[in-house]
Amino acid sequence: MKPLSYIQVRTAREAIEAFVAAGDSARYIAGGTNLYDLMKLGIEKPAHLIDIADLDGANRIDTGGDRLFFGGAALMADVAEHPVVRDAYPVLAESLSKAASQQLRNMATVGGNLLQRTRCPYFRNGANGVYPCNKREPGSGCAAIGGLDRSQAVLGASAACNAVSPGDWPVALMAMDAAIELQGLDGTRVIPISELYRPPSRTPHLEFTIGREEIVTGISVPKTAAGRNSTYLKVRDRESYAFALVSVAAGLEMDGGTVRNARLALGGVAHKPWRDPEAEAALVGKPATPDSFRAAARVLLRDAKGHEHNSFKIDLAERAIVRALTEAAERKGAPRP
Amino acid sequence: MTAIPSIPGFLKEPNGPIGKPVSRVDGRKKVTGDAHYAAEFTLPDLAHGFIVSSAIARGRITRIDTAAALALPGVIHVFTHENRPSLAWFDRKWKDDDAPKGAPFRPLYDAEIHHALQPVALVIAESFELARYAARLVHIEYEAAPHQTDLRANRADSFTPGKDKGGFQPPPKPRGDPEQAFLDSPVQVDAEFTQAAEYHNPMEMHATTVLHHDDGTLTVHDKTQGAQNCHTYICNVFGLAKSAVRVMSPFVGGAFGSGLRPQHQLFMAMLAATQLKRSVRVGLSRPQMFSFGHRPETIQRVALGADRDGTLRALIHEAVQESSRNENYVEIVVNWSGQQYKCDNVRLDYTLTRLDVHTPLDQRAPGAATGVTALEIAMDELAGKLGMDPLELRLRNYTETDPNTGNPFSSKELRACFQQGAERFGWAKRSPAPRSMRDGRELIGWGMAAGVWDAMQWQAAAKAVLGVDGKLGGSSATADIGTGTYTVMTQIAADVLGLPIGEVTFCLGDSSLPTAPIEGGSWTVSTVGSAVKAVCDRVRSQLVTLAGKLNDSPLKGVAEEDILFADGHLIVRNDRARRLSITDVMRGSGTLSIEEEARALPYLLARARHTFATHSAVFVEVRVDEDLGTIRVARVVSAIAAGRIINPKTARSQIQGAVVWGIGMGLEEEAFTDHTLGRVMNHDYAEYHVPVHADVPDIDVLFVEEHDDMVNALGAKGVGEIGIVGVPAAIANAIHHATGVRVRDFPITLDKVLAGLR
Repeated sequence: MKPLSYIQVRTAREAIEAFVAAGDSARYIAGGTNLYDLMKLGIEKPAHLIDIADLDGANRIDTGGDRLFFGGAALMADVAEHPVVRDAYPVLAESLSKAASQQLRNMATVGGNLLQRTRCPYFRNGANGVYPCNKREPGSGCAAIGGLDRSQAVLGASAACNAVSPGDWPVALMAMDAAIELQGLDGTRVIPISELYRPPSRTPHLEFTIGREEIVTGISVPKTAAGRNSTYLKVRDRESYAFALVSVAAGLEMDGGTVRNARLALGGVAHKPWRDPEAEAALVGKPATPDSFRAAARVLLRDAKGHEHNSFKIDLAERAIVRALTEAAERKGAPRP
Repeated sequence: MTAIPSIPGFLKEPNGPIGKPVSRVDGRKKVTGDAHYAAEFTLPDLAHGFIVSSAIARGRITRIDTAAALALPGVIHVFTHENRPSLAWFDRKWKDDDAPKGAPFRPLYDAEIHHALQPVALVIAESFELARYAARLVHIEYEAAPHQTDLRANRADSFTPGKDKGGFQPPPKPRGDPEQAFLDSPVQVDAEFTQAAEYHNPMEMHATTVLHHDDGTLTVHDKTQGAQNCHTYICNVFGLAKSAVRVMSPFVGGAFGSGLRPQHQLFMAMLAATQLKRSVRVGLSRPQMFSFGHRPETIQRVALGADRDGTLRALIHEAVQESSRNENYVEIVVNWSGQQYKCDNVRLDYTLTRLDVHTPLDQRAPGAATGVTALEIAMDELAGKLGMDPLELRLRNYTETDPNTGNPFSSKELRACFQQGAERFGWAKRSPAPRSMRDGRELIGWGMAAGVWDAMQWQAAAKAVLGVDGKLGGSSATADIGTGTYTVMTQIAADVLGLPIGEVTFCLGDSSLPTAPIEGGSWTVSTVGSAVKAVCDRVRSQLVTLAGKLNDSPLKGVAEEDILFADGHLIVRNDRARRLSITDVMRGSGTLSIEEEARALPYLLARARHTFATHSAVFVEVRVDEDLGTIRVARVVSAIAAGRIINPKTARSQIQGAVVWGIGMGLEEEAFTDHTLGRVMNHDYAEYHVPVHADVPDIDVLFVEEHDDMVNALGAKGVGEIGIVGVPAAIANAIHHATGVRVRDFPITLDKVLAGLR
């Protein structure tokens, strides 16, 4: 059988050195909730696993100061249940508690979750050349385009790929202007989450901008009024343990009945959490009414394109945005009961 | 050895366990891990198999290269159609007790590919992980042929099957002039319904462990609903002596029909064990659970014509379903529509379309779950057009005889189901107009439907051994797929012999036990329970005889019918001080044990002259988000008429489980087939949706009193399936009541509701 090495490391430095030494066949592993799954499906075939779940301090959660900080290996469950996050930044806690199942959240890390790979059935199944997928086997083609596309993208798709980014947490982070702290060979750098994703274009197998050996060591979120008046709405085919058909991360900073500042990101519709400054600008100075929310939704969705089975997502997204912004406006900073 | 069953009057011992909510006798084993399932048996030298599944839906294999797999240390063998041994030639040797008309699928038989995920090779290795890895290295080349998997695209190419499967009668001939009566009806409904294919996917995936003993005999631990069915199948296919093989399935982690036929992992494990002469385990992966039988995709038309007072004038129900190219799987779908309501002009049509799929397979209430859904939605639509309460419309067309045959029902307390269910639900408070009930942004809808399922019985045998210590061992080769068979059979035996539950042990799931049919169709309590009662009656008679012969017996000269059995004693009915313990009878007469075997038959004469059925009334509240179209089932009341309920606890669990599945069928379950690839794409638990806990509300189950002297000696009909029937319709009707949107395409996902809300 194919040999597989596994090591646990305590520092990012050790991890990176081990990764570089192992070469292309190395993968970092933390919760394993995505990687093991993909290994069983024959999509990921690592020869070396470097476990970074127990890096010193990597599960730190710090809510002091003007930013919330989450270590890359903090568990989804721990962040979701953190009292400050739950009470003061509902969009973050709700995006986590509505993701996966409790068992998965007990294992999965908030850093790893940023890099979760698509649930496109044509990507996940069909390894060994049963049918093509440009993510699985670059250049082989896409069976999803023109296939069962109910769950596929209506925004940002390319002729090579219409897969959707599956996460909830990244949608909330996108709306909240999170910064991703990365450690690599040359030390630490910080990028805004908006720079994490590559467009599918002709190379949909290249999903993220970070280097292969780089580690997500932390995520920080600025504390804002919009973060406090926020919500995460997830619309799905069952009440729990289902990926979003459409999800909305929304936050509003209000000045009486008028929007002073808006945050809005969509999940389940594109290869990345979809955010557009123009849609948010369309809300500023407007009354918190369904009409102005709908107008902003239409700006955000102006390039949306439906296909055989997924056109409903465009209408659903508009409705979900109106609902989410309405709820955010009603929150007015009040802690959730 | 046929026992004449006595009338249900025997069940009069006031404190007997029948009718009591006895907890599962196997519950402790299950929660402590002491119940072992097919994949949990092991031996030190056990070899592990992994199946390679076809990459195409139709065509043939042109080349198989197993060299890379075989080169791995620890890989023992790779079986393919090229190196398989000689197997049975005639189709009849491949048949099983649930096989429909046709030629059963033969794994690894030749190079032909008949359906996606068809097993094409079996890798045997020293570990499971190695077998799974090596399976990826088996290189297979195919010559693909055009396939058809789309029922809608091929429905015109359908045919009318005959009586092609046991338990299912072809539709009756049309009665009256349904076409003209429909045209003449002042109020009409004519609608098309579609039902997606559903795959069984019990929690326990199908697996077989074959233990190869030194003397060459085999013990086969299989996930099955019929140990004897599998025993016959493998003996026929592999040409083995019956005495050389024993099939065991004492615990089954759900099956719902998927275990009615021998599945290919059984064949594979047997192939490897017999060829390699060693113990082998083969289990299916979750995706491979989508490689065999399923509830078939269905397209239906129901046309109802009625007078303005709601009297049905015409009823037309047509259904077309998929079957495979090699077998005629039928579940008829339409017959219950001719049985449930009084109507003089009826046409029921059922056709099949052959597709390049594996043969479908019975799934909980096969046919009725699909067909009654369409009928009951059409009835709701008719009620809407008539401006009549949906419950009132059903009562208006209520029938005391089966219109399909003209025979009376052996018992039918559907009216009581309607009344008691409606009362429990609060149906009278329903505001009739759609969109007239709301709570904030949630539209509230109340819907109802009636359900019906057959109360079948076959013949079965059971054995009982009473020891000198007063402990009874009962047995029959039936199965317990989690439904409570162990418990119910224990209760029946304990009741007949007046023993405490703890003094009775029941064995099942073993091909060497007395003959029982496959466990399905809700017939097990009726079928096997009758045999258990019959054999215990014989033990009872023996005890009475022995007791009467004892010196100074207080029972001397007392007739059997004047003796009751309770608390481990034989007691004179009218003089309770006169009693003898069972152990005293055994010891006093020098009897070490009493062994009896008996067979119970259905009351054939009564069955020829009556229709036997269970009935239900289902009431559902849904809440639909008016902006997003999301649907939540908030409340369910299910009122069931199923004769005597032997165990209200396990029966309630069965109904609740079936209602949960009905919610899944109504709102979530759907195999997405990519017709270009000819395969199901959502073949795992994350993407193939069944209800999660958060989808399941309070389910209020009530059993109405139903007395039935004709169904069997127990007066019990069985509740395995009736619970699902009508649930999807009641949900659809509630959604319409909430929103005004009528969806006839199952499952009802939010996009379909949203399309109507726009």
